Amino acid sequence: MAESTPPAPSRGDTLPKARFNLTWPGRIGAAIISFWLVVAVTGPFLAPFTLAEFVSDNGFAAAKGKILLGADYLGRDLFSRIVHSAWLTIGMATVATLIATSVGSALGIFAAIKGGWVDMVISRVVDTFHSFPTLMLGLVIIAALGPSAALLILMTGLIYSTSVFRIARALGMDITVMDFVQVARARGEHVGWILFHEVLPNAATPLVADFGIRLSFSILFLSSLSFLGLGVQPPYADWGTLVRENMPGLVGGSPASVYPALAIASFTIGLNLVADDFAASSGRAIAGKIA
Amino acid sequence: MSAPILQIEDLVIVAEKAAPGSPPIVTGINLTVNPGEVVALIGESGSGKTTIALSALGYLRPGLVRRRGKVLVNGADVLSFDGPTLRALRGNRVAYVSQSAAAGFNPGLTIGEQVMEPVLEHRLAPRHRAQERALELFQELGLPDVQRIGSRYPHEVSGGQLQRLMAAMAMGSGPDLIVFDEPTTALDVTTQISVLMSFKKLIRERRTAAIYVSHDLAVVAQIADRIVVLLDGEIQEAGATSQIISQPECDYTRLLMRASGPGLRTAAVPASSSRRSKTQQDTTPLPVLQASSLVAGYGPKGADGKHALQALSKVSLRLYRGRVLGVIGESGSGKSTLARVLAGLLPRTGGELLLGDQLLSPGIERRSKDQLRRVQIVFQSADTALNPKHTIGKLLGRVVQHLLGLSGQACREKVASILEMVQLPASFADRYGQELSGGQKQRVNLARALVADPDVIICDEVTSALDSVVREQIIELLHDLKRRLGLSIILISHDISTVAALAEDTLVMLRGEVVEAGPTQDILSHPQHAYTRVLISSVPQLRTGWLEEAVAKRSVIELPPGLRDAIAV
Repeated sequence: MAESTPPAPSRGDTLPKARFNLTWPGRIGAAIISFWLVVAVTGPFLAPFTLAEFVSDNGFAAAKGKILLGADYLGRDLFSRIVHSAWLTIGMATVATLIATSVGSALGIFAAIKGGWVDMVISRVVDTFHSFPTLMLGLVIIAALGPSAALLILMTGLIYSTSVFRIARALGMDITVMDFVQVARARGEHVGWILFHEVLPNAATPLVADFGIRLSFSILFLSSLSFLGLGVQPPYADWGTLVRENMPGLVGGSPASVYPALAIASFTIGLNLVADDFAASSGRAIAGKIA
Repeated sequence: MSAPILQIEDLVIVAEKAAPGSPPIVTGINLTVNPGEVVALIGESGSGKTTIALSALGYLRPGLVRRRGKVLVNGADVLSFDGPTLRALRGNRVAYVSQSAAAGFNPGLTIGEQVMEPVLEHRLAPRHRAQERALELFQELGLPDVQRIGSRYPHEVSGGQLQRLMAAMAMGSGPDLIVFDEPTTALDVTTQISVLMSFKKLIRERRTAAIYVSHDLAVVAQIADRIVVLLDGEIQEAGATSQIISQPECDYTRLLMRASGPGLRTAAVPASSSRRSKTQQDTTPLPVLQASSLVAGYGPKGADGKHALQALSKVSLRLYRGRVLGVIGESGSGKSTLARVLAGLLPRTGGELLLGDQLLSPGIERRSKDQLRRVQIVFQSADTALNPKHTIGKLLGRVVQHLLGLSGQACREKVASILEMVQLPASFADRYGQELSGGQKQRVNLARALVADPDVIICDEVTSALDSVVREQIIELLHDLKRRLGLSIILISHDISTVAALAEDTLVMLRGEVVEAGPTQDILSHPQHAYTRVLISSVPQLRTGWLEEAVAKRSVIELPPGLRDAIAV
């Protein structure tokens, strides 16, 4: 009795396939992110001035003509500086978050698969690092080793990997008890295969949602470090640096510090709006698997 | 004749976002339920029976809308009710007993609180009176320790007891109509009898109307006054139970009847094949798999080296080439543990296991790849046994690569040939698990075990999650494969008819021990052990009045006291 025809269309006994639909807030978020990505890539070529060009003799000069947002504290074009530093801000945070997600996921799922004392040892080590307040840990490391871009990225990545570890481990524990992982084990597959081919594809959706949220944390973290003077150093600048260096202008009524802060805020809010949608649809997907 | 409690008129339900021209979920449904009547809705998954039953509660699953028709409960159309009116209806005039009682109870609240909740919510009685009512119901439903069971938590009572408690919760408010959604499907057969009897008594005494949803005709024949047969959302046939069972009019009903009983079809194992296997047995005296005194358990080990929970106590078995060994047992018998121990997924703590003449080590870490290849296990739930992110081709291909060392074209050909052997089209290699039906997924599961050319396959409840018709197809497939490939199969099931249809020899397990072993036909016709006798007599047969006979018979069977606890529900 061959079953050569595909099954009849779902009669509502199975959940409809979870689709990633953007709600209106999600669409706005996606638009904001796309805007900044475009700016980051093409901005340096289209900006009216370079990063270090002086356009005024007065600090905090008012906006006029090509100087769209006014001058910064030294008399450089603020708009151009925001545009030029977009790629560094977004790029550094992205690489840091990629490190956090890959290290955290791999380690978390590995601990979940292995279980036993391996899991215990890894979890306790991660817990230790997780219990340090992130900013303080960052400050100590930078103060000790100096603020290079590579160190900033690596450090941010490792600090946030502890949070991703917890999520990945929890996901991994749910997935490793499923029969298909038992089947793979019974076949004699080694941990590497089980991690990357059996468990990870099923854990991917919530981890991607977490990536979005983690990215906004990274931007804020790096900007905070820059704000404190320990992040990106001149002649390079990221948005956090711009906020810091233009702060004295607030006293005199200059909004120069506000614009880069708005850039940070808009990007992270956009990220969160999209990540929310992603998390919602992944929640449906997970509920569908459990039900 | 008083007015019907439930009247469904020309009901058509469709999916809201369905493509135009796609078939409706249910169509043309006309149904009446009179007070005190039990109407059964019978069909397979996707037949629409649950949708119709739930509509009596005024509930449509999200995404479904009513296009036409009415669902009248006591004359009012419940599908048009607003929130407050629905809340006043549910748990009050219409109650619901779900399939899985374990999922229906909140693990954080006591049973008594939850059973009284509908009565208190709807302000039908003051608290002390609600408590009295609950105790009365516990008594009527035959629950043990009536005074104290209310203060227990759901995880402290058994599945059968929980199912009855769910019925108590439904009955408490004295509803006009109860919707039973496959309430005994998840229970062992021995438990099922007592629970069914309790339901039947309660319904009769209180003259409640009921809708009973099931895919098992034999069960339904015991409790329903009328049967409605559904297929693909349409009513195929409807009528009095005795009439449908004795003179079914439509082909689909006949198909369902063939699939659900008579309870045991020992004739399904053709005499010729067992004769042939007997001669094979004479010429190959070495069993392909031999286990002696297996001991295994779960939990921390005590001072004597024994686990906290002993799941297997000195289990021995022999599997000969080309034969099927059935293992029958109910929940807690240790049969699934046996499967895992044989496959090496759970290391045994005692006993020996031989594959041919090779000793198999307890855990899979120390077994050779060839040994792993030769013993394959097939799990019950194909939903969780197939990685949802892999295509069928990848699932099968990986086994071929890993255990046979083939790749590329040779691998693809092997995958195609195994798909053909389980009667699935080769194009399925590009599909994902979710796109397949339950029966197709189980075939893929089987294919995965077979593709590595194993000597032994262990089928752990492979048909339990399937509807009766699909179950028949899988049994036929196993039969076919056994014949063609000379497979040696260990068939583990709680369903005696499945084992009877395929296995030449059978083991009966109870609480981790083998209580009886021998040729299947002997065991079924002349069971020696008391438990086996109870088990066999608990399989529902497709005739009315069987339930009462079975209950009467059971009280007559002499059960040693320890055994009585084991079957206590």
